[in-house]
Amino acid sequence: MESGIDKNIKKVVVLGSGALKIGEAGEFDYSGSQALKALREEGIETILINPNIATVQTSEGIADKIYFLPVTPFFVEKVIAREKPQGILLAFGGQTALNCGVKLYKAGIFEKYGLKVLGTPVQAIIDTEDRELFVERLDQIGVKTIKSIATENIESAVKAAEELGYPVILRAAYALGGLGSGFCDNREELLELAEKAFSFSPQVLVEKSLKGWKEIEYEVVRDRFDNCITVCNMENFDPLGIHTGESIVVAPSQTLTNEEYHMLRELAIKIVRHIGIVGECNVQYAFDPSSTDYRVIEVNARLSRSSALASKATGYPLAFVAAKLGLGYGLFELKNSVTKTTPAFFEPALDYIVCKIPRWDLSKFHGVSRKIGSSMKSVGEVMAIGRSFEEAIQKGLRMIGQGAHGFVANKEFTVPDIEEALKEPMDNRIFVISKAMNAGYTVDRIHELTKIDKWFLDKLENIVKTGKRLMEEGRQFSDGTKEITNSSDICSRELLLEAKKQGFSDFQIGRLLFDDRFDMDDASAIVRRYRKTLGIVPCVKQIDTLAAEFPAQTNYLYLTYNGDFNDVRYAGDRRSVIVLGSGAYRIGSSVEFDWCSVNALQTIRNLGWRGVMINYNPETVSTDYDMCDRLYFDELTFERVMDIYELENPHGVVVSVGGQIPNNLALKLDKSGVPILGTSAEDIDRAEDRNKFSSIVDELGIDQPKWKELTTFEDVDRFVEEVGFPVLVRPSYVLSGAAMNVCYNRADLEDFLKLAAQVSKKHPVVISEFIQGAKEIEFDAVADGGEVLAYAISEHVEFAGVHSGDATIQFPPQKLYVETVRRIKKIAKKIAGALHISGPFNIQFLAKNNQIKVIECNLRASRSFPFVSKVLKINLIELATKVMMGEKPRAPHKSAFDLDYVGVKASQFSFSRLQQADPVLGVDMASTGEVGCIGDTFDEALIKSILSVGYDIPKKSILISSGDAKQKAEMLGATELLVKHGYDIYATAGTYKYLEENGVDCKRVLWPSEAENPSENDKGLPGALDMLQHRKIDLVINITKNFSRAEISNGYLIRRAATDLNIPLITNARLATAFIRAFCELPLEKIEIKSWDEY
Amino acid sequence: MTKFAAELNFFEMDKKAATLYLENGTEFKGYVFGYDAPADGEVVFSTAMVGYPESLTDPSYSGQILCVTYPLVGNYGVPEKTSENGISKYFESEHIHVRGLVISDYSFNYSHWNAAESLDRWLKEEKIPGIYGIDTRELTKILRDNGSMLGTIVPEGEKPRFPLYDPNAENQVALVSCKEVIRYGHGNKKVVLVDCGVKHNILRCLVKRDVELIRVPWDYDFNTMEYDGLFISNGPGNPEFCNITVEHIREAMKKDKPIFGICMGNQLLSKAAGASTFKLKYGHRSHNQPVRMAGTDRCFITSQNHGFAVDGSSLGKDWEPLFVNMNDGTNEGIRHKDKPFFSAQFHPEASSGPTDTEFLFDEFISLL
Repeated sequence: MESGIDKNIKKVVVLGSGALKIGEAGEFDYSGSQALKALREEGIETILINPNIATVQTSEGIADKIYFLPVTPFFVEKVIAREKPQGILLAFGGQTALNCGVKLYKAGIFEKYGLKVLGTPVQAIIDTEDRELFVERLDQIGVKTIKSIATENIESAVKAAEELGYPVILRAAYALGGLGSGFCDNREELLELAEKAFSFSPQVLVEKSLKGWKEIEYEVVRDRFDNCITVCNMENFDPLGIHTGESIVVAPSQTLTNEEYHMLRELAIKIVRHIGIVGECNVQYAFDPSSTDYRVIEVNARLSRSSALASKATGYPLAFVAAKLGLGYGLFELKNSVTKTTPAFFEPALDYIVCKIPRWDLSKFHGVSRKIGSSMKSVGEVMAIGRSFEEAIQKGLRMIGQGAHGFVANKEFTVPDIEEALKEPMDNRIFVISKAMNAGYTVDRIHELTKIDKWFLDKLENIVKTGKRLMEEGRQFSDGTKEITNSSDICSRELLLEAKKQGFSDFQIGRLLFDDRFDMDDASAIVRRYRKTLGIVPCVKQIDTLAAEFPAQTNYLYLTYNGDFNDVRYAGDRRSVIVLGSGAYRIGSSVEFDWCSVNALQTIRNLGWRGVMINYNPETVSTDYDMCDRLYFDELTFERVMDIYELENPHGVVVSVGGQIPNNLALKLDKSGVPILGTSAEDIDRAEDRNKFSSIVDELGIDQPKWKELTTFEDVDRFVEEVGFPVLVRPSYVLSGAAMNVCYNRADLEDFLKLAAQVSKKHPVVISEFIQGAKEIEFDAVADGGEVLAYAISEHVEFAGVHSGDATIQFPPQKLYVETVRRIKKIAKKIAGALHISGPFNIQFLAKNNQIKVIECNLRASRSFPFVSKVLKINLIELATKVMMGEKPRAPHKSAFDLDYVGVKASQFSFSRLQQADPVLGVDMASTGEVGCIGDTFDEALIKSILSVGYDIPKKSILISSGDAKQKAEMLGATELLVKHGYDIYATAGTYKYLEENGVDCKRVLWPSEAENPSENDKGLPGALDMLQHRKIDLVINITKNFSRAEISNGYLIRRAATDLNIPLITNARLATAFIRAFCELPLEKIEIKSWDEY
Repeated sequence: MTKFAAELNFFEMDKKAATLYLENGTEFKGYVFGYDAPADGEVVFSTAMVGYPESLTDPSYSGQILCVTYPLVGNYGVPEKTSENGISKYFESEHIHVRGLVISDYSFNYSHWNAAESLDRWLKEEKIPGIYGIDTRELTKILRDNGSMLGTIVPEGEKPRFPLYDPNAENQVALVSCKEVIRYGHGNKKVVLVDCGVKHNILRCLVKRDVELIRVPWDYDFNTMEYDGLFISNGPGNPEFCNITVEHIREAMKKDKPIFGICMGNQLLSKAAGASTFKLKYGHRSHNQPVRMAGTDRCFITSQNHGFAVDGSSLGKDWEPLFVNMNDGTNEGIRHKDKPFFSAQFHPEASSGPTDTEFLFDEFISLL
């Protein structure tokens, strides 16, 4: 075979993965960016289709042309027809891109346009995606798969389950992240799940359950010359039964012998060769814990979450190499990008362990089941690196950012039944294990209940034992035998060192020794000071892919206490700048802050400084070691940032581009003498602290919703009497309104306060007046020395009450009074001046009848920075970074703010994965991702963006329940428009009555409660749920009357059914109206296909 | 049932300090595990992430103190010492061959269905000292930059004893080779295996291919025997000590019967073919060594354990390289241009390590 690449390929289309959603997150920004880099290096013109405007891959300089369009066959074909590329990459945009590619292939589109699919052939993809074909293919080479029976309807699913014997697992084919999958112990459970599974896929697989087996993965790379390597293997901490996306995962595997490791490796290579992968592929096994028996669970013929993790775990750039292989290179022709001298054909040797831990945000959802199992619910993940398992997992548990300090020394929580909680794991399972160990459960007993390998449990028990020894040692302080002074030796050196080697933080040690007699900061400071006098400090190690066998100039670093020497020498020239990243993706902080971090790093480097990144999220581009001069893949805790600061001696630290985590560190870092670049820590605090901010606003004569910080119920009553219900209740120092809620009556309020009080003792509960029917406006800007340099004003489509992270946002604003805009600019200028802002900031406003009120102000980049930057074509982060670096940049010319096109940002929800959660929007953020599309008109941009987040334009039937009288009135015009355009309207009682009275033709359907027990008159009318189940509805518009948590039952059942059955659902009257107007006025065929640079 | 042993409880145990001294004066502080006594030898590192039972019993490590770069060791314990027809079932020989073991984080408790005891207990039984808590990455960097060097593990309370044992001053092959002829298996074809310190998986790989295997000591004159193929095994140390074996191979080459060599076997066959060998700075010891079949696009990940290499440029005109190391370009195997003689510097039998090149055994068998 001739080596080298296909010279006919001059232009290539790359499909992105669209909005972040559960099961398909930032990892595809990373893999797509790498693929684009690999193509560009070859001089190939790249065309990217991805509506996710907050990604790094959709930034200038990454692809040659970017289309912010839905990744669907309709739009992709349009782009292909327009661009006439020679090649297409399908493997870098997750399941979204793969599914779209398979559809295009089946429709003959690639053939029609003479397009070559680079990398793994589509037939090989189909072989791995279609379960039956997959089993058949592996049977051909004698590789064992999980015995499963493909069924096309519920009856055959029941039959199959009885044949295999319960427990069985159901899997919906062609679904990512185990959507519609689950375990069934009996017939009842099967019936329930099967119905749901069939709504996602025409084919549902019934399989024998292998609960309790180990779950092992291999990442395999193959070139067209048939050379194969396995870059990494990984072992799930949680045995089979818990989705790998829900499981703690370690790399490399820890409990496999050489024979087992290499048996599975050999099989993986055999499979990959037989299927004919060219590029990268993931093979998942179930592995018997008491023999060498195995089953292949699945093969992902594309870059995946696991491959992103494997890349970060090993330093091997899988996506980059896969793209090169797709072009025709052999592995022997590519270089190891870390050593730069040895070839890419090798298998990384690790000299550390990585531990991935999922991050859930289930507390954001009403009614969701917290159990974890075979379908994915986590919204993000972290990767911790250490040289012992104890060290890695304790780091990781801090990184997930849910208040844990590690495996032990956490805030107490109650578990009603430990045994049950171990058997039926929920999102807190790791902490339940901690609790069980403290309660005296043995490793053997926990193993029996959880089936987690005893090796892992034993290591966890080491942590518990060390914790107990620390408490023991601390007894000298509690019994008064010893006073703590600045110079006292608080703990034996040996024990302290042992604890640090096991990943204990200074705070954990302090809490265990001093039993909460100091506050967190003081306890940590005492321990830190003491251990430094003993010379107990972490050392910096490189990730070099070859376990130090060859010298490597790698800048990919982590800190560990299991070592004595640094791999890195520090110049000490103060020419480096540390940028603090965003941490785990979560609801409210996601890829947008990665974009901000990456752009800040780029700017810093372009200005001639060394950019240093600290972050631990394996799904990001900012943790690609190519993006900075030094990458510390480590914690964003005060302790660790200080460790790194003391090593690096940087010019300063940027805290304003990574979201709330770095922002919250500002004050503490500043107090420890760390130079914070840009706006001062003190001013950051003046904006963060409600009291301080409120008095500034008052002083400036700016209006704000009435609010009060309250501690007793008497005060609450008095305040509510003054402002009246509804009120907004929330604690301070939060990003996306965790535990924030609107209360419509006293019962609601009392109920909620009990929960909120648990959130934070330090920061009391804040109650504010909640203004209904107001517009919400975002002001994203950059200021220098208090002078606004650039700004973007955008407007929510929904009225205030929908969290800004869930709202549909239009930029520039389409319906604001000129007077409103003028006032907003004026107020923003005043605030920027008062807070001496130098850097990025965001202010949120409410506007009602030209009355402007300030809701909040963040002296950091906001979620909408990438969106407005890209629509405006002014990179606000670049500008802000220049300001923070003291460059005194000039303000962009005023005309730059006049746009003759519109950008619309829409939110992506993942309710379908969150069983039982009420898919309704409120003041607490619920979306997992977003898209941003550009159009010549608002309607066009809206349609593109709504289609990008998974909606379809309805064909025929629409079910409407339109809320209270006001909302009903608001929806009337749109409903008339629907009828005019030939849609069939189905409405529930109240809406039906209202529409009838207003002369709108519609049919009545029964609420679930009416249908259960129909009155004489209602007999014969269709039930709403029934119609949904029979797929007689194409769009559900279900407007809730208010955001009260009490409003459930009927509405909930319809919303949930729509979600479970994958029928588009809109719950906001203003958004529904806008969407209806848009698709009625602008047919799909008339939508302009234009790339970003053409606007 | 998964066996699980809490033989030693870390926290109730008194940790005993130990020091690793290198001949260049570097010291590393750690703690004793395994046998509590001093050990000395040549300190080498391996970057393999699994397979300590196999590595420790690999005779090629004779005379050496092994530093494992993967920090977590002992996780799955040590299997039973059963053997079938004189071949160990789970190990690469009957005994541990390293003189000492250096690691970072020892798993005092192990977990595996196939484990019979802990690594710690096994080391004690075999009287092999270990040291844990070492910054193995730093040690590896020192060995990488300065080359393999002598060193000694010394438990607290004792002093290092100089001079240190130097395995390069002794014929290690003679130490580990069998002392008499041993026969294995049945089959129509007879293969003579010259034991320079053979790994048992080589025996397994040959026997399972249905040959009668005759294992002879390293210096045995097998040319007196009738056979269909000659196999020259792996073994420890410097090939210069095996001139007598080279003589025998040179004699055997006249018969044109197939010859296959592995590791030391590659070096001895090369010497018989007139080539020279040299000591690598720090050797190849890992599971991830890439090799390319000369003149092709076929590449393989191989398991390696050797400190010496063949100088590829010194091969005679009748010979050519068969494999080349893709990392450093060193020779990884040779073949005769016309005759059925070939060898590999790496370990096609793997164990421990990747199994990509086991097909070389099939090729050898097909030549018989």
